[in-house]
Amino acid sequence: MRRFAALFEALDRTSSTSAKRDAMAAYFAEAPAVDAAWAVYVLGGGKLKRTATSTELRLALAAETGYADWLIDDSYQHVGDLAETISLMLPGTEDGGDNVPLHVWMEARLPSLARLEPSERIELLREWWRPLPREQVFLVNKLLTGSLRVGVSHRLVVQALAQWADLPTDLIAHRLSGTWKPTADAFLALAGPERADEHAGERPYPFFLASPLEQDIDVLGSVGDWLAEWKWDGIRAQLMRRADGALLWSRGEERLDGRFPEIERAALNLPDGCVLDGEILAWTLDEAHPLPFAALQKRIGKLKPGAKLLADTPVRLMTYDLLELDGQDLRERPLRERRAMLAALVEGHGPTLALSPAVDASTWEALTAVRHESRERRTEGLMLKRLESPYRVGRKRGDWWKWKVDPYTVDAVLLYAQPGHGRRSGLFTDYTFGVWEGDTLVPVAKAYSGLDDAEIGRLDRWIRAHTIDRFGPVRSVEPTHVFELAFEAIQASGRHKAGVAVRFPRILRWRTDLGIRDADKLDDLRRLASG
Amino acid sequence: MDSDLLLPRPEGLYCPAGDFFIDPMQPVARAVVTHAHGDHARSGSGLYHVASAGTLLMRERLGAESVIHAHDWSERFTLGDTSLSFHPSGHILGAAQVRIEGRGKVVVVSGDYKRDPDPTCAPFEPVPCDVFVTESTFGLPIYRWPSMRTVVADILAWVDECRDRGVPAVLFCYALGKAQRLLAELATRTDRTVHLHGAMLRLVEVYRNAGVHMLPTVAVSESARGKDFAGELIMAPPSAAGSPWMRRFGKASTGFASGWMQVRGARRRRGYDRGFVVSDHADWPGLLRSVDDCGAKRIYVTHGDGEALVRHLRDTGHEAFPLRSLGGTLPESRSSEEGD
Repeated sequence: MRRFAALFEALDRTSSTSAKRDAMAAYFAEAPAVDAAWAVYVLGGGKLKRTATSTELRLALAAETGYADWLIDDSYQHVGDLAETISLMLPGTEDGGDNVPLHVWMEARLPSLARLEPSERIELLREWWRPLPREQVFLVNKLLTGSLRVGVSHRLVVQALAQWADLPTDLIAHRLSGTWKPTADAFLALAGPERADEHAGERPYPFFLASPLEQDIDVLGSVGDWLAEWKWDGIRAQLMRRADGALLWSRGEERLDGRFPEIERAALNLPDGCVLDGEILAWTLDEAHPLPFAALQKRIGKLKPGAKLLADTPVRLMTYDLLELDGQDLRERPLRERRAMLAALVEGHGPTLALSPAVDASTWEALTAVRHESRERRTEGLMLKRLESPYRVGRKRGDWWKWKVDPYTVDAVLLYAQPGHGRRSGLFTDYTFGVWEGDTLVPVAKAYSGLDDAEIGRLDRWIRAHTIDRFGPVRSVEPTHVFELAFEAIQASGRHKAGVAVRFPRILRWRTDLGIRDADKLDDLRRLASG
Repeated sequence: MDSDLLLPRPEGLYCPAGDFFIDPMQPVARAVVTHAHGDHARSGSGLYHVASAGTLLMRERLGAESVIHAHDWSERFTLGDTSLSFHPSGHILGAAQVRIEGRGKVVVVSGDYKRDPDPTCAPFEPVPCDVFVTESTFGLPIYRWPSMRTVVADILAWVDECRDRGVPAVLFCYALGKAQRLLAELATRTDRTVHLHGAMLRLVEVYRNAGVHMLPTVAVSESARGKDFAGELIMAPPSAAGSPWMRRFGKASTGFASGWMQVRGARRRRGYDRGFVVSDHADWPGLLRSVDDCGAKRIYVTHGDGEALVRHLRDTGHEAFPLRSLGGTLPESRSSEEGD
């Protein structure tokens, strides 16, 4: 663990990606494979099944330090991270201390908590903490409570592994995709020589991700070189047909098996050895539109959906791309060819496996005009894909663009604030905004992002000085400041006090030019939701 | 009532019995000033009472034309119906606690203070009193300062690492107090010259004139154009971070020396590579120890949130209140981004 703690410290102490990559590659070369495997797992965002609750951690901290519960809570609100709060409040051991290997923590110690009674868990946590130096207390608690968040992306881990193994990053990305099990063998296999049949298993291909189009449309050249499709608001997924059935992977590389039985059933009609990329959408069969994302959310949550849910909210896979056919990896072939093969493949499979229709336009002007229909069609805008492009790995700019429609906006009043986490710990950065209903301001949206650091600092000071009331960490403030919020969609909702729910709200700007009477009315939002 | 001796007013903390303000934010007739930081020492008042040890700095801050009465440590002087004296607070050079005796009671206003040793100023002196007004900038138990020896070793290891990598090491810290304390502490372990931002030059000079031994320093502006700062230690105020002034250092490694660096999120938010936990304020154990040392029956807490300290003191059998509970209004209290 000492070696991993040193790696964590090195990663945490630099903002340079090349320095981080070098530090990881050096660690992979030095560390025992069984520990390195777990480092790959946790640095790539992997987590253990939670074996102790936050409450148990707090109780253990209270028992160990004698601090009152409220003081632990206040400290946690200030730090914004429970693992760190614990490491700062415990007396701590001078350098040295225990050096239990990372894999022992991950395979034996932390999972063993699950078999204990809460009181035994608390005792064991205290025993583990005592001989650890502060940075290891922090890491152990981090591993216990969630992900590390040390400014390392999955992609950077892949690059570091590629550097260590001296192999192409795309190959490493594919080898890590799906449910990669952190074992010494699996770690060493990452560096093994490439085999011809590597893609044939259950591992999904790494997804190719589009980038937002920020430049003018005409820099893309001739419109005839591009495929335009609607940008659907569902779950990006990869459907794999293998000899023994069908597998469905989400973009987050999680298995969706069982949640969407109609798609898996339809996939059985596909030939063995093919892989499709598409979007899962909820869609009533008798209507020409997808259902809002909230409808799909009901399906995501259900591991075994019941008959009523299946009937009320059927889903389909809107297919975009064909990555494999007859066991052959097609990713290097141009999109033009892949799409023609995809069209032929899904033809006749009914609406459950549909082809995402091409949006035809002979000029950029015509396409721009069609894009204005996005909302009517319940889509987020257009996707533009270069017809000659291969299917790449990850987010590479140039060939795939998402060209979203402008968001909805609303002017709303700041009503509540609470402290943020991580980078924003100790500052009031999580805001709740309201709009007018008669003479009252009704909360309609929470937003965390969109202000710059100077604005956050200014607002933080203002909030501290103008708090009306406190509810735990939440402060209500004098209604004074108006912000322009952007959001992607809005719909009627029985679960929200205001009767509407907005999707992806964020702050566009601080409207210092507006008074609270200039803020929008709830009726305006209701009209948008019903429109 | 305590409000005979202390009353928060928009201009600052007022003493009705003595007719003076402590650290007024606006011009008043009579000001008693604890130390030379900008949020305590403001120019424009008719008359200033300060501790002698801080006179040079006060002149620097308040201007040559200000009328300053300096008093030695523990020397008694009278204002209205009160008798006053200054006692070291250990915060920065010349920083004082103010002892006020009047109406049969002794009140001590701590100003900003710390309990850790500092070679640039006299150590905090516990002053027995009935009422103690304490700061609470770092009033949570997560704030416990590491030993200065460890921090100095960390800073030097970082500079060595920067030298190996061929990049400059730019250490941001407050220009008054922190910079001089670091220069004095580093002088116990090395004799290498430190390059200074222009905003620090004058204040370092004042400390030298007051007899504080520090590392040799040279102004960054004195270096030839295009000088290679690789492996050098540069000290600058936090306001220089991200400014055009930084361009000359190319790909520098940056560090920030502040008590706020105890929390990882606070460092990451500011984008510094390294955070060094050094503060001129009392940490949580230091606050509690000072409350006990002065033996006050009643504690008033100011600066920072203060609520946790008040509640903890009450839980442990003290009479404690936020200073604002005395009535009146003080100027807006500092947020968690200020003070260091």
